[in-house]
Amino acid sequence: MTDIQKKRQSAMGVCARATAEEIAAALDRIGRPETANELRAPEAGLVMARARMGGNGAPFNVGEVSVTRAAVRLASGETGIAYQLGRDSKKARDAALLDALLQTGRAAEVEAALAPIRTRIQEDQNLKARRAAATKVDFFTMVRGED
Amino acid sequence: MYVAVKGGEAAIANAHRLLDHERRGDRGVADLSLAQIREQMTLLVDRVMTEGSLYDPDLAALAIKQARGDIIEAVFLVRAFRTTLPRFGYSVPADTGAMRAVRRVSAIYKDLPGGQVLGPTFDYTHRLIDFLLAAGAEPPVPDESEKVLEPMPHVTGLLDREGLIEPESAEEEGAPVSDLTREPLDFPAPRDLRLQALARGDEGFVLALGYSTQRGFGRTHPFTGEIRIGDVEIEFVPEELGFAVPLGDVVLTECEMITQFKGSASAPPQFTRGYGVAFGRGERKAMAMALVDRALRAREFGEDVQAPAQDEEFVLAHCDNLQSTGFVEHLKLPHYVDFQAELGLVRKMRAEYEARRDDALEAAE
Amino acid sequence: MSVAFSNPVFDSQRVFRTAMNALARPGKLQPFDAGVRPPEGLPAEIAALALSLADHETPLWLDAALTQSTDVLDYLRFHTGAPIVRHPVEAAFALVCDPALCPALMSFTLGTADYPDRSTTVLIQTDTLRSSDSHTLRGPGIAGTSVLRAEPLPPGFVREWAENRRYFPRGVDVLFAADGWLVGLPRTTEFTGA
Repeated sequence: MTDIQKKRQSAMGVCARATAEEIAAALDRIGRPETANELRAPEAGLVMARARMGGNGAPFNVGEVSVTRAAVRLASGETGIAYQLGRDSKKARDAALLDALLQTGRAAEVEAALAPIRTRIQEDQNLKARRAAATKVDFFTMVRGED
Repeated sequence: MYVAVKGGEAAIANAHRLLDHERRGDRGVADLSLAQIREQMTLLVDRVMTEGSLYDPDLAALAIKQARGDIIEAVFLVRAFRTTLPRFGYSVPADTGAMRAVRRVSAIYKDLPGGQVLGPTFDYTHRLIDFLLAAGAEPPVPDESEKVLEPMPHVTGLLDREGLIEPESAEEEGAPVSDLTREPLDFPAPRDLRLQALARGDEGFVLALGYSTQRGFGRTHPFTGEIRIGDVEIEFVPEELGFAVPLGDVVLTECEMITQFKGSASAPPQFTRGYGVAFGRGERKAMAMALVDRALRAREFGEDVQAPAQDEEFVLAHCDNLQSTGFVEHLKLPHYVDFQAELGLVRKMRAEYEARRDDALEAAE
Repeated sequence: MSVAFSNPVFDSQRVFRTAMNALARPGKLQPFDAGVRPPEGLPAEIAALALSLADHETPLWLDAALTQSTDVLDYLRFHTGAPIVRHPVEAAFALVCDPALCPALMSFTLGTADYPDRSTTVLIQTDTLRSSDSHTLRGPGIAGTSVLRAEPLPPGFVREWAENRRYFPRGVDVLFAADGWLVGLPRTTEFTGA
């Protein structure tokens, strides 16, 4: 994978976990770009989710997940693409705009706008983990047969 | 066979209106919001997603509301909805080893890497009705631990390292994967197809079959190697991008059963596996599925196929509650013509029977 | 890259309906508003059919003229998600914009005895489609006989079509497109010289 692909992949992961409001706010902060066309209007569809037998064996189909995708083209020519869980078309379109901007000279602004969302997601994950960790069993061995 | 009948249009329209009214219940009680169902009827939403075979909590919540809480009707609505959507493709196989687990327990090792994490479980509750809930009591905020959770490798890896468990066959990448939604079910069914069918199978049916194996109908001597529940990232590679796009996280439940060791002249004795997975928090379903998966592998291990849970046609042809309900419930559709035919036949046989009886009486006199 | 349908749901339903009617009434000219502006080299009618019928589960085979254009390849890949295959036998749909480049019909897949529906549907762009007596059609969906002039036809088409009919219920189906028109030639139809 190239560096720009890695950046896009990481930003897509943030957008997928962000709320629609968070993405809209990020976009407003940067300023909505001028678009040439809606290459693909937001569209809800399905992806068949796969898992592996025993967690690491041969793949099989578990069931579908609903996914919305969108593709936009900026006036400057860059194509932005979004694929994310759920059926929120506005969120997908906004995410596609961010993906397009990430390929322009304004990539740093996009990264800066996504940073607080990234932090919020990380904090939520940490909180979940700390609460789960509080339910971790600490075994202590009973003294037995000491003689 | 059933025939088209005309004339019920007004009755049907009024029946639907009455249904809508009854669904609403007492209008003096606040209408139920989808967010309430999604957030507070979580396990019901999860079950409808699993058996509806579509991960979409908002949609499942709506289906539950529309179906008045009837699980199979809600599953029906979800399955019908999915047929209206285009399929973009198949995900990258989810890496459940990288799950951010909120629960992880093993019944075979006390101390294991990552530890035993109980998470939000009904286990150890006293199953006493809590009248404080009825009074609307808000629960306290859960405790937090500053100790971070360590990585949780699959427990079976420990046994695998010693060669004490059959290895999962890692098929070459890109080998075709069976898909029940694309090809008709055919027997003998490969394991990938069986797992897909069981994953969306009815929890009650799969549970009963799993239980039957414990009671001796296809016994496998199972141990729960591991159960884990948590967020797993789903990735998809779109044709136009050529790299994996993270679609977001789904909650999955995974269960690995470790079952009776076996060996043959060529293979040393070792444990075998059964695998279960469910959307959301579906621990009971994933456990039962793992038991049935193992039972269905009987032929593979040279075991006699004697019990219902080992009979793949019996299990796979009947585990889908939508198919089952369709065929059972179709019996309420008009069968007037069939029944007329049956009625005529019974009358004729009856007349013949009576004629024979009269002949016999006459002969006796 | 060009955009596809302006309204994907209704446009693809409309195109699907036209294709369905064309196959239900073999040989009858169906007015066909493609409603797309594909890249140079890909006829609008063929593009509209591909956008409506193809997805990631229906491999496409393209004739040599089409595969030369990266714009066409990108357009079809992006908007249909369909894999583009090298051998006609792997195709669910074949896109032929130049009949002279159409391979022998028997080189496509004819389906199986259990699943005759799994055969290739061949979409062929022609210059002219008219109801005049160049060829005679007979079979289900046609009252008596009908006539069709489709020009140019792939070389040896009439002979190959007769061969295709011998495998019934297996066999390919063909859709002929021309500027603003569509005609169906399902495997059930006899197609002979006038």
